[in-house]
Amino acid sequence: MSEPTPTKKARGSVVIMAERCKGCGFCVEFCPTDALDLSSQYNAKGYHPPVLARKDNCTGCDICGMVCPDFAIYGFIKKPTKGH
Amino acid sequence: MATADPIGVLTGAHFIDGDHACSEGAIAAGCRFVAGYPITPSTEVVERIAERFPFVGGVFIQMEDEIASSIAIQGAAWAGKKTMTVTSGPGFSLMMEHIGLAAMTETPLVLVDVQRAGPSTGLPTMPAQGDMMQARWGSHGDYGIIALCPNSPQECFDLTIKAFNLAEQYRVPVLFMMDECVGHMIERVVIPSADKIEVTPRRMHTGSKEEYLAFAPKADLVPDMVKAGDGYHMHVTGLTHDEKGYPNMTVGTQARLVRRLVDKIKLNAEKIVDYREDGVEGADIVVVTYGITSRTALPAIEQARSEGLKVGHLRLVVAWPFPEKRIRELSSKVKAFVVPELNFGQMTLEVERCAAGRANTVCVPHAGGTVHNPKDIYEAIRDSVKGAK
Amino acid sequence: MVEEQLFDEEVAAPANPIESLLRMDRIPHIWCPGCGIGTTVNCFIRALQTSGLNLDKVAVVSGIGCTGRVAGYLDLDSFHTTHGRAIPFATGLKLANPELKVVVYSGDGDLTAIGGNHFIHAARRNVDMTVILVNNMIYGMTGGQVAPTTPLNATASTTPHGNFEQTFNLPFLAESCGAVYVARWTASHVRHLTKSIKEALGKKGFSFVEILAPCPTLFSRRNKLGDGLDQMEYYQEHAEIRHGADTKTVGMDFQS
Repeated sequence: MSEPTPTKKARGSVVIMAERCKGCGFCVEFCPTDALDLSSQYNAKGYHPPVLARKDNCTGCDICGMVCPDFAIYGFIKKPTKGH
Repeated sequence: MATADPIGVLTGAHFIDGDHACSEGAIAAGCRFVAGYPITPSTEVVERIAERFPFVGGVFIQMEDEIASSIAIQGAAWAGKKTMTVTSGPGFSLMMEHIGLAAMTETPLVLVDVQRAGPSTGLPTMPAQGDMMQARWGSHGDYGIIALCPNSPQECFDLTIKAFNLAEQYRVPVLFMMDECVGHMIERVVIPSADKIEVTPRRMHTGSKEEYLAFAPKADLVPDMVKAGDGYHMHVTGLTHDEKGYPNMTVGTQARLVRRLVDKIKLNAEKIVDYREDGVEGADIVVVTYGITSRTALPAIEQARSEGLKVGHLRLVVAWPFPEKRIRELSSKVKAFVVPELNFGQMTLEVERCAAGRANTVCVPHAGGTVHNPKDIYEAIRDSVKGAK
Repeated sequence: MVEEQLFDEEVAAPANPIESLLRMDRIPHIWCPGCGIGTTVNCFIRALQTSGLNLDKVAVVSGIGCTGRVAGYLDLDSFHTTHGRAIPFATGLKLANPELKVVVYSGDGDLTAIGGNHFIHAARRNVDMTVILVNNMIYGMTGGQVAPTTPLNATASTTPHGNFEQTFNLPFLAESCGAVYVARWTASHVRHLTKSIKEALGKKGFSFVEILAPCPTLFSRRNKLGDGLDQMEYYQEHAEIRHGADTKTVGMDFQS
């Protein structure tokens, strides 16, 4: 498996509300940049929530947010810093 | 109390049938949305509504069936309109689930049933009074309900207004239990000027959106309402719900909610009941009637009185809630109740329940299709005291 | 210019964009793991947010069933009515206040079996409403009974030997009854679906969006089609996007 090259900083990120997750795996499967994995950790309901395993891959496209049936994750595009 | 909008009031004397008078009553009461499905003998009500509504700013729609009609009006009610649907026996049966929905969601509406002879298709063009118990108990589960019984075209006008007022005051479906005779009887109907017609406006919540609890009752056990489109973002469900309107399917919430739905009618019953008495004080026999039967009983009562019997007449204007207190009171004073009905004994059961053995209760049954022969009622009056305690 | 300076790692995440339209005090919802209904709600909310509609004037009406619970989770004027009767309720609501944008959001069994008569007549009348139908091919809430949308030969709890009735082609039904906008997507086509719902909301008249969604608990498991994710992958691999298709040709077979 080819590791994404860590030359560029990510332009996006995700927020995960792990306790809402029911572990369906939709977000992991449908992430276009393969940024997510299911965690090895359990949430209180006994499901494996997603983690942003390859954060440099994330573009903040929010496909994970759209596909999540449990409103447990969403992506966002990071804003440019003020100095720029 | 407010008074009627003059635009809907055809002030003057008219020679019209009960169905048309009911339509005029609805329009005068402020009804501006009617959904219906044609069924004899109620069709004249919606025909007149369809004719008149464009001129008073109302919306009439003929739906695909009675089930649709009985819920389209609930959508309209939550959009802020006073609403009505009209039907007869078979359609009334189809509407039962939505009487339950209206009771559960406390949606004010008027449902007119011009009763015809059943069961099933029965005698479509002929009278009966066979839907009275269905009116009380037709939908599943427990709830309070109000039902009125007019006995003339004039009352079809007057009591339709009363039906709308009660629906708004208590936020319940009000059943307007006409019968084919009253619906098709043509008589003089006097419609007063709009300022003489009292109408109950919707009890709207006026406070802030934040403090609004859709199903939190006021002192009379009835909550105030809002309408769609005003930014309240309310939730209305037929599921057992809490005061916010959210589903809450627990034994405790069920107990609180259903108790209140029953109690808001039960505890206000003395304010709602309406009956007319004639010669009841000092009577040995009281004839209990409603609808068309109140008129066929008159010759029988007169004949019995002319023969020296002490006969009183109590006519139910409001059938549900039943005037339990009054019948109990009378049952310890009179020897017998005689209840002529165009059915095999429905309201008779209520009279019998309240009499509780203190007075004899005699039904004068009739399968419907026509009215009683007064002779049968007379004979029942005459015989009712024979063998009575 | 070094690219990393463009982005501030410490910037706080924005609030979840859809939460403003959910009744958060009712989340988590009742839907099973891998159920697609939540995904459709997600897309619906995003479509609403970009639609430009005044959200105080949007009312959602649901019937009964798993999808029937959608209304209860949306922070809009929302009505959870009786089984099959969301459309006539919505008809009354719309006619009584034409300012409202009325959306019916319910399931396949609710809208096309018990509510089938209302569906065809609302389309025929061209009542100004958007109907969003989540088709999971089964009665989910009551335990997986056969529906008019269950594919031929699929099993259900009331067709344990296989469904022998023909399957409803809902886009064809809607179009033939007069709908002005007809679309079918799957819960896996989230961007297309969101755009489609937005288009439907923008149409005047009876618009209809059918969404195929997995029911892993009662349809997929019984028919040995895997879990919700397997269904979503199947949709991605096998669904064919045909804009302007002749709806007569879009009937569905059992996937296995």
